[in-house]
Amino acid sequence: MNSTLAILAILDGISYAALVFLVSVGLSLIFGVLRVVNVAHGSLYAFGAYLAATFSLAVAPISPWLTYPALLAASIVIGVVCGGFIERFLLRPLSGQEDVLQLLITFAAFMIMDNLQRLIWGVQPIFAAEPLRLLPNVAVFGVSYTSYQVILLPGVALATLLGLRYFLRRTLSGAVILAVTEDREASTAIGIDAKRVYFVTFVIGASLAALGGALASPTTSLVPGMGADMIVLSFAVAATAGLGQIEGTALTALMIGLTRAFVIYLQPEFEVLVPYLLMVLVLLVRPFGLFGAVQVRKI
Amino acid sequence: MSGRIKPVTAVAIIFFLVSAVAPLFVSSWATLFALILAKGIVVLGIILLLQAGQVSFGHAMFFATGAYTAAFWGKYVGGGDIVLFIALGGITSAVFGLIVGLFVVRYREIFFGMLNLAFSMVLWSLLEKMFHYTNGADGIRVPRPALLGLSFTPETFQYVILYVSLLAAVVAFYGVQRYLESPLGHMLRAIKSNETRLEYLGTSARRVLLIGYMISAFLGGIGGALVAIIQQIATPEFGFWTKSGEFVFIAILGGSAHAFGAFAGAAMFECVRFYAAAHLADTWQLILGVVLIVIILYAPNGLIGLRQRYGQAKQGGH
Repeated sequence: MNSTLAILAILDGISYAALVFLVSVGLSLIFGVLRVVNVAHGSLYAFGAYLAATFSLAVAPISPWLTYPALLAASIVIGVVCGGFIERFLLRPLSGQEDVLQLLITFAAFMIMDNLQRLIWGVQPIFAAEPLRLLPNVAVFGVSYTSYQVILLPGVALATLLGLRYFLRRTLSGAVILAVTEDREASTAIGIDAKRVYFVTFVIGASLAALGGALASPTTSLVPGMGADMIVLSFAVAATAGLGQIEGTALTALMIGLTRAFVIYLQPEFEVLVPYLLMVLVLLVRPFGLFGAVQVRKI
Repeated sequence: MSGRIKPVTAVAIIFFLVSAVAPLFVSSWATLFALILAKGIVVLGIILLLQAGQVSFGHAMFFATGAYTAAFWGKYVGGGDIVLFIALGGITSAVFGLIVGLFVVRYREIFFGMLNLAFSMVLWSLLEKMFHYTNGADGIRVPRPALLGLSFTPETFQYVILYVSLLAAVVAFYGVQRYLESPLGHMLRAIKSNETRLEYLGTSARRVLLIGYMISAFLGGIGGALVAIIQQIATPEFGFWTKSGEFVFIAILGGSAHAFGAFAGAAMFECVRFYAAAHLADTWQLILGVVLIVIILYAPNGLIGLRQRYGQAKQGGH
């Protein structure tokens, strides 16, 4: 492997990690607060991607620069509408019930959304690469790469990371969310509306999944099944990092993104195996994840 | 109590009788019922683990192991017999279950589920990518095997496999019930209700769960081998996480409190799929999703729980 390929692999890895981070951190946030593994998370990602493609194909004739706000608008619409619906009408009635029911109802949401996606957008691949083509290429150590993937995507991921950190650690709303996570009963007793916190958290997490999809849509063709692949991948990242760990998710996403990129250039057939193998190895040694706190019940 | 048959057992007997007789009149039901019974066997394994309070979100790996055992035998050895496929599928899965189980029984709840998912996804990626051995995403065709040396025409074969599935299902159903009523089965349930007390009694909760896990893997393997024979193919899809979700879905749909829930759920699931796919093309998944939501929100104990609730309401009225 020569140096050009190595740089190419690093750039691939970074841009991929940025997308995976956005989706995984949403999943992790939802689990951290609601204690629910949102199986429909991959569908929110796929819906975000498809709606973003629809929006940007619609506004591109007016002005191609409008495609960027279109991506953002699509992710917020999906996050609020679909995410809000899942939390309000599926998860909320089940609060306090067995975990398996909560997990399974998001699985039902996944099945429905997977089917709706085929009905609405069909099974033919969709391309909407306008936002990718608008930005110029940049040369990194002599390797030409799209600045959309190598500057914009990591930039958005970094901004999300810092924004979430600031929001959770420095604002009142963030403090309220952390309080509910820590002790729901006590926080309700001092007047915090836990239901609202759950709703807001879920919508934020869902919007992040949709944002990941929206930003991915210019770089890839949209096909059925992309949601099912993404949910396990983002779950692998979130679990390897330790569910509820925001900074840990970023580092793990980077680690998995880079490893995967190098594996693609060296041993392409093992590309899909990498994240899961890492997940097994990490969970066997540290079931609470690389960055998780020791909370696991081991008798 | 003495000599009285419980209503659930009576329904189970009626169900098995119907699946033996009904396909004789409608031939397209032979495959449908065979699939219901085969999947029911897999879901029995899920219900076993649910009795211990654990959800395996990766059980499709044992299903796929059973299916690929049959497929590999057909591809590399050739020929094959239904009995051999089932036995081999079950044993291979049980051994695989022992290996995976040694790791996963150390954890509970979300960690148990996560680790299962991780193992199953590793298996899935291997099946998908080891193209030379597994044909990748296309899967391996499973040629129609013989039964104890006799070979059959396709028309007769669908009935042969139906009755083999029925026999396997009845044996598995009876076995699982006996197991759950045995001291070992009660210990398995104790993991859900109070694991610490189980340990105080001097038993190893891990070993109890490991035995349950192996049995559950064994059932998964048998079901997988049967489905591979019925559908004449084994694909990596058999081990994908959505398949695992489907099995948990069926268990909750039927009701995890009783072994018969596995077959009640499988019957409902496969019938909805069979008829929705035939009449409302491309929406069966949507319909199943809605059914699942309705069941979870309004009848969280599954189809079996419905009967209990109805029975109680009637008693209250009198």
